[in-house]
Amino acid sequence: MSEKIRVLLAKPGLDGHDRGIKVIASAFRDAGFEVIYTGLRQTPEMIVNAAIQEDVDAVGVSILSGAHMTLFPAIRKLLDEKNADNIILFGGGIIPDEDIKALEKMGINKLFTPGATTEETVQYVREAVAGRKKDEKIM
Amino acid sequence: MFDKKFIEESNNRKKKWDKDAEKFRGKKSRSRFITVSGEEIKELYTPSDVNGSRFFEKVGFPGEYPYTRGVHHTMYRSRLWTMRQFSGMGTPTQTNERYHYLLDNGQTGLSVAFDLPTLMGYDSDHARSLGEVGKCGVAVDSLADMEILFDGINPRDVSTSMTINSPASILLAMYLAVAEKNEVPFDQVRGTLQNDILKEYIAQKEWIFPPEPSIRLITDLMAFCTDHVPQWNTISISGYHIREAGSTAAQELAFTLADGFAYIEAAIKDGQDVDAFAPRLSFFFNAHQDFFEEIAKYRAARRIYARRMKEKYKAKKERSWLLRFHTQTAGCSLTAQQPENNLIRTAFEALSGVLGGTQSLHTNSMDETLALPSEKAALLALRTQQIIAHETGVANTIDPLAGSYFVESLTDKMEADAEKYLDEIERRGGVVKCIEDGYLQREIANAAYRYQKEIEKKERIIVGVNDYVMENEKIEIPILKIDEEVEREQTAAVKSVRERRDNDKVKRTLEDLRTAAKGDGNTLKAILDCVRVYATEGEIVDALRPIFGEYIEPPII
Repeated sequence: MSEKIRVLLAKPGLDGHDRGIKVIASAFRDAGFEVIYTGLRQTPEMIVNAAIQEDVDAVGVSILSGAHMTLFPAIRKLLDEKNADNIILFGGGIIPDEDIKALEKMGINKLFTPGATTEETVQYVREAVAGRKKDEKIM
Repeated sequence: MFDKKFIEESNNRKKKWDKDAEKFRGKKSRSRFITVSGEEIKELYTPSDVNGSRFFEKVGFPGEYPYTRGVHHTMYRSRLWTMRQFSGMGTPTQTNERYHYLLDNGQTGLSVAFDLPTLMGYDSDHARSLGEVGKCGVAVDSLADMEILFDGINPRDVSTSMTINSPASILLAMYLAVAEKNEVPFDQVRGTLQNDILKEYIAQKEWIFPPEPSIRLITDLMAFCTDHVPQWNTISISGYHIREAGSTAAQELAFTLADGFAYIEAAIKDGQDVDAFAPRLSFFFNAHQDFFEEIAKYRAARRIYARRMKEKYKAKKERSWLLRFHTQTAGCSLTAQQPENNLIRTAFEALSGVLGGTQSLHTNSMDETLALPSEKAALLALRTQQIIAHETGVANTIDPLAGSYFVESLTDKMEADAEKYLDEIERRGGVVKCIEDGYLQREIANAAYRYQKEIEKKERIIVGVNDYVMENEKIEIPILKIDEEVEREQTAAVKSVRERRDNDKVKRTLEDLRTAAKGDGNTLKAILDCVRVYATEGEIVDALRPIFGEYIEPPII
């Protein structure tokens, strides 16, 4: 692949637990991705604006506070409204199985839960971005 | 502990043993022998690893300087540690029910977990609270909520710990106002505030104001409590969150002590007498999976603190030299896979806290990587402590591991590693400077990444995660869900409070608070007047924000 994969990593809501997202940021950099980290306490609007401005391939969101059913759909909705529906939205956190199923139905592409390896997430983003680029070419 | 001749003989015998052992060393049960913090551990510890000539000076006796063996002469033989389960969820009514349940089952102290909006100073009906109300703790907006939270629980009868930092003064004021309503004088109110803003900037990241005004709020609170609430522990200087963010044990110890010394220096600079406030400072440490490393950490903590308090800060009262601490088992050591295994992890971790001489203990519930604890999981966590206390026999004697070559050697190493960090922090201009330039945050993030890589390379086995994995595992424990209704209820409740109260009084007290904050009035005193007339937390924070400013973290990765 010639172009570097660009990923925006974000912490929405009031949750300040950033150990996970920092580990992911380091792993993505080691994997050769271009990583933009928003920092803490971002609203869905701030995240979506940053994603569009930075022209990223994917947005990775970390939520450990239990507010995932509110925040993930809000980000997806804004991405779609701003014609950025091709941006992959994935995330991680303390998210029960039944919520994961519901969120996937709402268009959140992939959710990782505690115990997932950084390798899995790197692999996922690579494949998802490659798949997306292929779709765009066909179109 | 040993004379020269004995050590010589020990050295010689060790050499001989070393040679004999060589022929068995071809086979290894694991690739590296390291602690959770990544420290290499030797194959064998002998008398040669302990500096015996300084034994009394370093280890000594419990209740005596430098308190390596414990802060009390008799420790658990006189009084067991306080079993204090951190708890809070949903509405104040729901949490009040849980408190009664825990107290009815033998818990001996309360510990309030607030939701994120409360921790960040937003009322439940604020836009930023959307989706977060009651989710990871209980929502408290005004005195009205605090009254419900402690309904049927008299502050005279329990000690209450509150995990609250940036808005700590406001929540303490509400608790004091509840005491007033119960006709309990302030000098009989017992409990602890976390009130440790420095570790928020370093690790947990729940802040409102920048460091300088935040520390002023803390020194005001310390002064108020010295005069009026003498049994209240004003700050619980916390390593817990630093460790959860991924630090090593030595980093947890060093950064926490550095924070503690920063508060002490600030209060001294404020003109307070060290012996007036130091006896009410307490600490809060993590109990991670590496059993002996944790025990060494607690023992080293007491020793370093006592030395500095006596020698550097010239405290005269013995009580000022004591590092008393609460312990919580490591949330970050728990796994979402095979969650029942977490019961076992927690039991070992709790045991290290007890063997390390903790004053109070929280044991995590097995379901905490999935949700807030269900009633059943919370009860099992409490039972774990009761079994340690009454069945294992570990509380029969004081500091039973003293004199172990390994534990004493590890304690010395922990002390030396922490001292190195303390020197480095000082060289870099102090804790606040190290927060602002991201040094502490980076050290922790690097340690966290190293740990994750060790797991992925299988240098570290986590049962059920990277080994002994069960495919298609079904979670068979109950999961607590916070009803979305909580947010609606709580939002309606705070709106109703604003309608029912005397709004002129609220305006007046908030204005007085602004005056105090701009000048050098005691902010806690002014906040107490605000909460008495049902000013909300959000309104009080809003009054202070334009004066104190807001903290914005530069994103550091």
